[in-house]
Amino acid sequence: MLEQLPALQVVLPLLAAPLIVLVGRGGFGWAAATAVSWACLAVAIGLALRVAEVGVISYALGSWPPPWGIEYRVDALSAFVLVLVSLVAAIAAPYARRSVAAEIERDRHYLFYAMYCLCLAGLLGMVITGDAFNLFVFLEISSLATYVLIALGPQRKALVASFQYLLLGTVGATFYVIGVGLLYLKTGTLNLADMAERLRAVEELRPVLAALAFITVGLGLKLALFPLHAWLPNAYAYSPSMVSAFVAATGTKVSIYALLRYYFTVFDPAPLFETLPTRELFIALSVAAMVIASLVAVFERDVKRLFAYSSVAQVGYITLGLGVDNLDSLTGSIVHLLNHGVTKGAIFLLLGGVALKSGAVSMSIGSLSGLGRRMPLTAFGLVIAGLSLIGIPGTAGFITKWYLIVGAIEFGLWWLVAVIVATSLIAVAYVWRVVEAAYLGEGGEAPAKTGEAPLGMLVPALAMTALCVYFGFDTSFSVGGAREAAELLLRGTR
Amino acid sequence: MTEVAAHYSYWITIFLMVAGMYILIARGNLMKKLIGLATLQTSVYLLYIAPGKLIGGTAPIYAEGFTTYSNPLPHVLILTAIVVGVATLALGLAIVVRIREAYGSIEEDEILERDRAAD
Amino acid sequence: MSYETLLALCLAIPAGGAALVALCHRWPNLREAVSLASAAALFLVVLSLSDDVLQGARPALRFGEMLPGLAIALELEPLGLLFALIASGLWFVSGVYSIGYMRGNDEAHQTRFFACFALAIAGAVGVALAGNLLTLYLFYEALTLVTYPLVTHHGDAEARRGGRTYLALLLLSSMLFLLPAMAITWWLGGTLDFTPGGILGGKISGGAAAGLLALYAFGIGKAALMPIHRWLPAAMVAPTPVSALLHAVAVVKAGVFSIVKVVVYVFGLDFGAEAFAWLPWVAGFTIVAASIVALRADNLKRRLAYSTVSQLSYVVLAAALLTPLSLVGAVLHIAAHAFGKITLFFAAGAVYTAAHKTEVSQLDGVGRRMPWTFAAFGIGALSMIGLPPAAGFVSKWYMISGALAAEHWMALGVIVASTLLNAGYFLPIVYRAFFKEGNAETHGEAPLSMVAALVTTAALTIVMFFWADLPLALARSLL
Repeated sequence: MLEQLPALQVVLPLLAAPLIVLVGRGGFGWAAATAVSWACLAVAIGLALRVAEVGVISYALGSWPPPWGIEYRVDALSAFVLVLVSLVAAIAAPYARRSVAAEIERDRHYLFYAMYCLCLAGLLGMVITGDAFNLFVFLEISSLATYVLIALGPQRKALVASFQYLLLGTVGATFYVIGVGLLYLKTGTLNLADMAERLRAVEELRPVLAALAFITVGLGLKLALFPLHAWLPNAYAYSPSMVSAFVAATGTKVSIYALLRYYFTVFDPAPLFETLPTRELFIALSVAAMVIASLVAVFERDVKRLFAYSSVAQVGYITLGLGVDNLDSLTGSIVHLLNHGVTKGAIFLLLGGVALKSGAVSMSIGSLSGLGRRMPLTAFGLVIAGLSLIGIPGTAGFITKWYLIVGAIEFGLWWLVAVIVATSLIAVAYVWRVVEAAYLGEGGEAPAKTGEAPLGMLVPALAMTALCVYFGFDTSFSVGGAREAAELLLRGTR
Repeated sequence: MTEVAAHYSYWITIFLMVAGMYILIARGNLMKKLIGLATLQTSVYLLYIAPGKLIGGTAPIYAEGFTTYSNPLPHVLILTAIVVGVATLALGLAIVVRIREAYGSIEEDEILERDRAAD
Repeated sequence: MSYETLLALCLAIPAGGAALVALCHRWPNLREAVSLASAAALFLVVLSLSDDVLQGARPALRFGEMLPGLAIALELEPLGLLFALIASGLWFVSGVYSIGYMRGNDEAHQTRFFACFALAIAGAVGVALAGNLLTLYLFYEALTLVTYPLVTHHGDAEARRGGRTYLALLLLSSMLFLLPAMAITWWLGGTLDFTPGGILGGKISGGAAAGLLALYAFGIGKAALMPIHRWLPAAMVAPTPVSALLHAVAVVKAGVFSIVKVVVYVFGLDFGAEAFAWLPWVAGFTIVAASIVALRADNLKRRLAYSTVSQLSYVVLAAALLTPLSLVGAVLHIAAHAFGKITLFFAAGAVYTAAHKTEVSQLDGVGRRMPWTFAAFGIGALSMIGLPPAAGFVSKWYMISGALAAEHWMALGVIVASTLLNAGYFLPIVYRAFFKEGNAETHGEAPLSMVAALVTTAALTIVMFFWADLPLALARSLL
C-alpha cells in the first residue's frame, strides 16, 4: 500500500470526481470532497516523511520503467508543495459547505464539488509528476476545472473573468507545450530527469533557448508573473469565496513550482545561463510586480480585487528569490509558497464569511465598516492575516522577508533590500485601509445579518489564520523543508 | 533555398501560431477569439507531428526488411493535446453561451460597456 | 522559583492580566482590581530578580528557534532590569490614575483600554527582557501594534489621523531601517545575541559603520530622533493616561532603551568613536529644535510631547559620547525622565479632568484651586530643567561630566542651552498657575486617585534625587 502512495495522491481525487457526478447529490459531493482532501493531506504528509528518510521517491506508473514510462518523482521540493496544496485543500473543503450553499444554486453543488476534486487532482499531479508532457496534462486538468469553478461565481462578471482566464491560460499552456516540444525534439525524451542529463550533451543551443523562452512565458502566464497577470484580479474577485481562497493559495504556487523545476533541474546542465540575463530579468519583473501591484492595491475599492493585486505583488516576492539565486533568497522563495498560501487563504476564507453575512455579491471597503463590532473574530483574523502580509515579526510573512533581505545583502544588492522593505510599507497602506474600516469605520453600510459566520466556515478560516502565526514561530517544517528544497535545487550541477 | 523549402512544415506551424495569436488578440468577438485559440493549438499539433516522420521511415509496426520507423510518440502526445484542446474549446463555447444569456452580446467591447453601465 | 519561571511570569502576568480584564468586562470594579493586582504582581516579580542581577546573575529563558540560528530568548541584565522596574512600577501608579481619569471623564470602551494597556506593558517588558535583537524587534513591533488601539481610543476622525501618523512613522522607521540593520548585523556578525563588548567589533568600520549606526538610530523610531519624531505629537490624541505611561514612559523608553542596548551590546563601548561622531549632532539638533517648538506650543500636551522628544535625545546624545560617565548619565536619565514626565502628564490630565482646560494660556490661577496638582507639576518641571531636589539633576550632572570628559563642547553647549530653554517653557506655566489671577474658577482638585498618583510620582522624583543607589548601581554594572 505504502509504495502506491505517489499514485494514490492523484488517483483519489481523480476517482472522486466522476463518483460525485454519478451520485449527483450536493451533500454527498461535499462529504466526498472533504474526505478526499483530508486523505490527500495524509498521503502528502506520508510522502514527505518518506522523502525525509530516503531523499527521492521514484514511482513508475503502470510499472513502465522511466524514461519510457511516466514517472512520479517526489523529492524535497515536491513533497513541500504537495503538503502545501493538500493542507489548503483540507482546510478549504470543510469550509465549502456553507459558503457554496450560499453562493451557488442547489442543483449545481455536486458539479462544483466534482470540479473541485478534479482541480485538486490536477494540482497534485502537476507537482508529483516527473514527465514533461504529463505535467501539461495535469496543468490543463487543473486549469479547466478552475475555469469552471470561477465561472460558477455569483455575478455575471464571473463568466467574463473565467473566459478571459481561459484564453490567457490556454495560451500559456500552449506555449508550455511548444517549449516541451522543442525540448523533446532536441533530447528525445520527456522524462524531466532524463532530459536534464541529455541537455548536458546538446551542442546546438538555439532550440533549447527557444524552449526556455516558451516555457518561461507559458508558466509565467499561469503564475501571474508581471506583466502576464491581467487575468488574476478579475478571476479572484468574482469567483465564489471558497474558490478564491483555494486557487489563490495553490494555483500560482504550483506553476511556480513547475518553473523552479525547469530552471533548476532541467535547464541547469545546459550551458545557457552564463550568457543569459535571466537573473536580471526576473529581478526586474519581480520588482515591477512588487511595486506596481502593491500600489494598485492601495487604491482599489473592491476588497477582493485589492487582495488579488496583493497576490500579484506577493508572487513577485517569490520570483525575486528565484532571480537573486542564492541559498537564502531561494529558501525565502520556497518558504513563501507556504507562507503566502496560508496567509492569502486565510484572508479569502475570512472574507467569504463576511460576504455570507452581508449577503452582497461584491464587497467594497465601505461594506467592511464596523466589522470589528459585528464580527469581532473575523475582523481580528483579518488583522492577523494582514500583519502576515505586511511581514510583522511573529507571523509567517516575516520569515520570508527575513530570508529575502538576507539573500539580497549577501549579493550586495542594497537597493533591492530597500525595495523589499519599501513594498512591505505599501502593504501596510492597503492592509490598514481594511483595518481602519473594520475598527474605526462608522458602520455606514451595515448589513442585515449580524453575528459571526457559521462555525463551519469560521473554524477553518481561523485555523488557517492560526497557521499564519504558527508558521511565524515554529519554522521547523516551513523553513526546514524550504531550505532542503533550495539546497537540492542549487546542488544541480552548478 | 531548398533547406528553407524543405522545412515547410515549420513555416506553416509558425504561420498558424502567429495567425492564431493575432486573431485572439485583435478580434473582439468572443467566438472569433476561440477560433484564434483553436488555430494556435493546431499549430502545436503540427510542430510535434511533422518531425515525427523520419525520412525513409515506415509506419511504426514491426515489418521485415525495415530498420527505420517513424516515431509514434508525437502522435500519442498530440492525441492527448487534441483532447485537451477539444475540452477547452467546449468549455469556452459553453461560457460564451452563458455570457450571451447574461449580457445579450458576445462582443467584448459591448460586454465591457454593459459592465461599466451597471456599476 | 527558577529563573525561567520568573522570567516567564514577567510576560505571563501582564498578558494574562489583559485576558482577565477582558473577561471582567461586566464588572468594572473587579476589572480595575485585576489590572492593579497584575501590576503589583509584575512589579514584585521583577523586584525579586533585582538582587541577583546586581550581583552578576543573568537569568535567561529560551523559547526555541524562530529561524535557524535565531531563537526567541529572554535575558535579564542591568539595563533591562531598570526598564522593567520602571515600566512595572509605573504601571501600578498609572493604573490608579487611569481609573480616576476614565471614570472622571466618563470615557467609553474602558475594558478595551485597560486590556490593551496591560498588553502594552507586556510588550515593554518583553523589550526590556529581550536577549537578542530578534526578540527585541518582535516585542518592539508588538508594542507598536498594541498601542495603536490606545492611541485611536476616541475613534473619531482626529484619532484616526493621529493613529495613521503614529503607525506609519513607527512602522516606516522599523521596517525600512531597523530590519535591514538587523539583517546586516546578522550577516556580518553571525549572531544577533546581545553580547557584552558588542558583536560588530572589528567587522565593520568607517563610513559603513556610521551608516549602520544611522540605520539603527533612525530605525528605532520610538526614540524620536528628528525627523522620525512626528509620531509623538500625533499620538497626543490619545487619552492622557495613555500619553502618560506609554509616551512618557513605556513606548519612548523602549526606544531609547533599545538604542542604548544597541550601543552597548551590539556595537560595544570600545567600538571606535569615528562611526559615532555624527550622532551627537543629530541628537543635539533634536534637543534644541524640539525645545524651540515646545516653547511656542500653546496646547499643554503638545508642549509636553515636544519636551519628551527633546529629553529623549539627551539619552541618545549621552550614549553617543561613549564615555563611562555619560553612559551612566544616559541610563539615569531613562529613569529620571520617566518619573518627571509622567508627573507632568498626570498633571495635564488632572487639569483637563477637573478644569476642562487644555491650553497653557488658560492656566492662569488654576494652581490656586489645584495646589497639589501644580506642586507636582512644579517638581516635574524641576526635573526636566535639571535642578535639585529633582532626579533630573543627578542625570544631568553625569551627562555634563561625561561631555566634559569627552571634551565635546557642542554637547556641553547643547545641554546648557536646553536647560535654559526648558526653564523657558516650564517655569512660566508654574508661575501663571500660582501667581496670576484667573477667571472665576469653580472647580476643585482632580479625583482623588489621580491626585494620589501624581503625588506619588512627584515624590519618586524627589526620592530618586536623594537615593539614586539602585539606578546608579545598575548603570555602573553596564560598564
